[in-house]
Amino acid sequence: MVTEIKHELVKIIVANTEYAVPSNLTIMKALEYLGWRLDRGVGCRAGFCGACSTIYRLQGDHKLYTGLACATMVENGMLIAQIPISPANKKQYNIEALKAEPNTMLEYYPEIAKCISCNTCTKACPMDIEVMDYVQAALRGDITQAALLSFDCIMCGLCATRCPAEISQFNVGILARRLYGRYIAPKYKQLDKRVKEVEKGIYDAEIDKMIKAEKKQITKLYNARVREKD
Amino acid sequence: MTVDPYPDYMRESINKVEKTRDKRAKETIDQCSPDEITDVLNNFHPDFIKEQKTKLRFGVSKGEVVPLEVAKIVETKSVLNPKAIDLKKIDFDTDILIVGGGGAGANAALWALKSGVKPENILIVTKLRMGDSNTTMAQGGIQAAVRSVDSPAIHYLDAYGGGHYENDPPLVKRLVRDAPLVLKWYEELGMMFDKFDDGTMDAIHGGGTSRKRMHFAKDFTGAEIMKTLRDEVFNNNIKVLEFSPAIELIKDENGQVAGAVLLNLDSKEYIVVRAKATILTTGGFGRLHIQGFPTTNHYGATFDGCIMGYRAGAPLKLMKSVQYHPTGAAFPEQIVGLLVTEKVRGKGAQVVNKNGEQFCFPLETRDVEASLLIRECVGKNNGIVTPTGQPGLWLDSPLIEVIHGEGTIEKNFAAMVKQFGRFGVDMIQDPILIYPTLHYQNGGLAINENAETKIKNLYAAGEVHGGAHGSNRLMGNSLLGISVFGRAAGISAAKKVGKVTLGKLTLAHVGQYNALCDEHKVKNPPSPIIFPDYTEAKHKDRILPTDFLI
Repeated sequence: MVTEIKHELVKIIVANTEYAVPSNLTIMKALEYLGWRLDRGVGCRAGFCGACSTIYRLQGDHKLYTGLACATMVENGMLIAQIPISPANKKQYNIEALKAEPNTMLEYYPEIAKCISCNTCTKACPMDIEVMDYVQAALRGDITQAALLSFDCIMCGLCATRCPAEISQFNVGILARRLYGRYIAPKYKQLDKRVKEVEKGIYDAEIDKMIKAEKKQITKLYNARVREKD
Repeated sequence: MTVDPYPDYMRESINKVEKTRDKRAKETIDQCSPDEITDVLNNFHPDFIKEQKTKLRFGVSKGEVVPLEVAKIVETKSVLNPKAIDLKKIDFDTDILIVGGGGAGANAALWALKSGVKPENILIVTKLRMGDSNTTMAQGGIQAAVRSVDSPAIHYLDAYGGGHYENDPPLVKRLVRDAPLVLKWYEELGMMFDKFDDGTMDAIHGGGTSRKRMHFAKDFTGAEIMKTLRDEVFNNNIKVLEFSPAIELIKDENGQVAGAVLLNLDSKEYIVVRAKATILTTGGFGRLHIQGFPTTNHYGATFDGCIMGYRAGAPLKLMKSVQYHPTGAAFPEQIVGLLVTEKVRGKGAQVVNKNGEQFCFPLETRDVEASLLIRECVGKNNGIVTPTGQPGLWLDSPLIEVIHGEGTIEKNFAAMVKQFGRFGVDMIQDPILIYPTLHYQNGGLAINENAETKIKNLYAAGEVHGGAHGSNRLMGNSLLGISVFGRAAGISAAKKVGKVTLGKLTLAHVGQYNALCDEHKVKNPPSPIIFPDYTEAKHKDRILPTDFLI
């Protein structure tokens, strides 16, 4: 069943130099194909970490595109540059001392008031997040909405790179999510109860008994477990 | 019209999968008996291929059975020439040095801080950026026995039996006992776990669990944990050196660990860090591609911590055991090896062969499930082979919506829908092709329940350690492991640093290890390697030395 697949070559331009690479490669794999052993702009290689933010243009097209090098396929005439680190505005706070109030977001990131609703951040997002909408939610003081809309953020910084109002959207997002998670989402009461039980040591004796048990005994116990229904 | 990502012969097989779907929705297959488990592991688990293993010939764990790829990288000289390092000039003098910027490292730093160490006396160093780690990539969830039908004791039994009774019992105890504590702390930090309206965290099964105790944040659980912990590290002014991997540990004249030599990846200078406590949180070895398997792991997972620790005299254990995740992507080619979280099966997706038949219980422990899949493909020839030669089986994701209703996949697996969608595969409409992929280093540096190694002032936490998971880790116990043992390391290091007095710094142990290599005539390339090398061989012969540019 194995068939030799010959992929056509496409022309990419990296560091203003033209190279031919197979068309089935991601930008990241194309760089390795060129002989580069990466130590920048590389991370999880699976679209989760935001280390490989990349900007590019296509031949004959005036637009500036954004993407993750690990998840974007090369295209013919692609002019590529990577942004391995995003210089962003990150405010420091003590989460325990914050209040989830309508003006909290604005207090820490007043620049969100400068948002001109151009939607460039949303267009730049490789995770297809409605970035402008969560910035607007933060501006309105709707922490819940800002948290929920920004949840998938991988903090790659491409939004911040493109923002004409110089907002560091991804840091606004994490503040909203932490406020939501700590102060707005309902608490898991059974978890409090279990923590107290553990701290009192009420499970220790049962576990210690298993630790001391003979292999035969513990094997019997394990094999006799009944799986809770799905 | 969009192009079908699947070639015709794969589409024909998908048609068979669709035909049997409704019938299969009501069909359950029994779990394997203990005898069946032994049989399938012996015959089909990659760990049981004797030719792929060898015994370490020297060092503190001489005789330890390890994969060939591990022997190659351990039985070799250091990339560092100890004579070239001036240890008198100390660049950073700190109480606690944390090597590795993932979840375990961040936990260690934050708990050291909470235990009274000042932020300026904590230093995190990492080869890439803070947070670049396998923690970020963990999707499925974190185990904690919280529900009233569950208990830490039941969690203990699941983890201990699932690890084939090879786990260190005190480590398992710490793991399961502290689980509710770390989950509570995470909730307080503001992590957004999936919850019901009354605040109850959603919980599902993972392979080998007897109670539903996998808590999650969509399929971004690790990312949610890492983003929040990193935010806390930055909020607390904990110093972080990025793009500065540690390459060897430093000891003092009394044999205690006393810091590390780092490499500045930009200037290529070395950096000397003296520390009263050194915590290794460097993660595992996925990027060594054991037995040629693709991996789910982060680019930086190259076994550095174990190598440095081993050269300094800290024993390794359970290195014979490697975790292959049953479901790595097998198609399309661009994402081969990437993780398809166990949660997909937790939500009801079945593994199905090329004829559309279900052939095993979908949530056996990972080693058993992976072996059953390999048997179906290799042993019974019921798999599909992709155009690039990669074998695979169907993971019938659309079944999830047959069971739980429309919209369930997008709601629970947003990251994965996107990952496959980028390459034209719609996992809501079509099944996805999967095959076992290299996922986790079950073994590693031996520690006690306080995350202390056998060497004074050296701690280890997270995947770099071996013991808590025995020879098979359960899903959701890795995010738990980095949390519990990262925390334990931070707390115990904070307690000890006040009492530590360091003598004269030395790298003699590296010289001695290099001499052992000479004695055994090793010819392997030096280590640690810091990054894998995916460039093609044709480039190698043409590389000029560029030292003159530095």
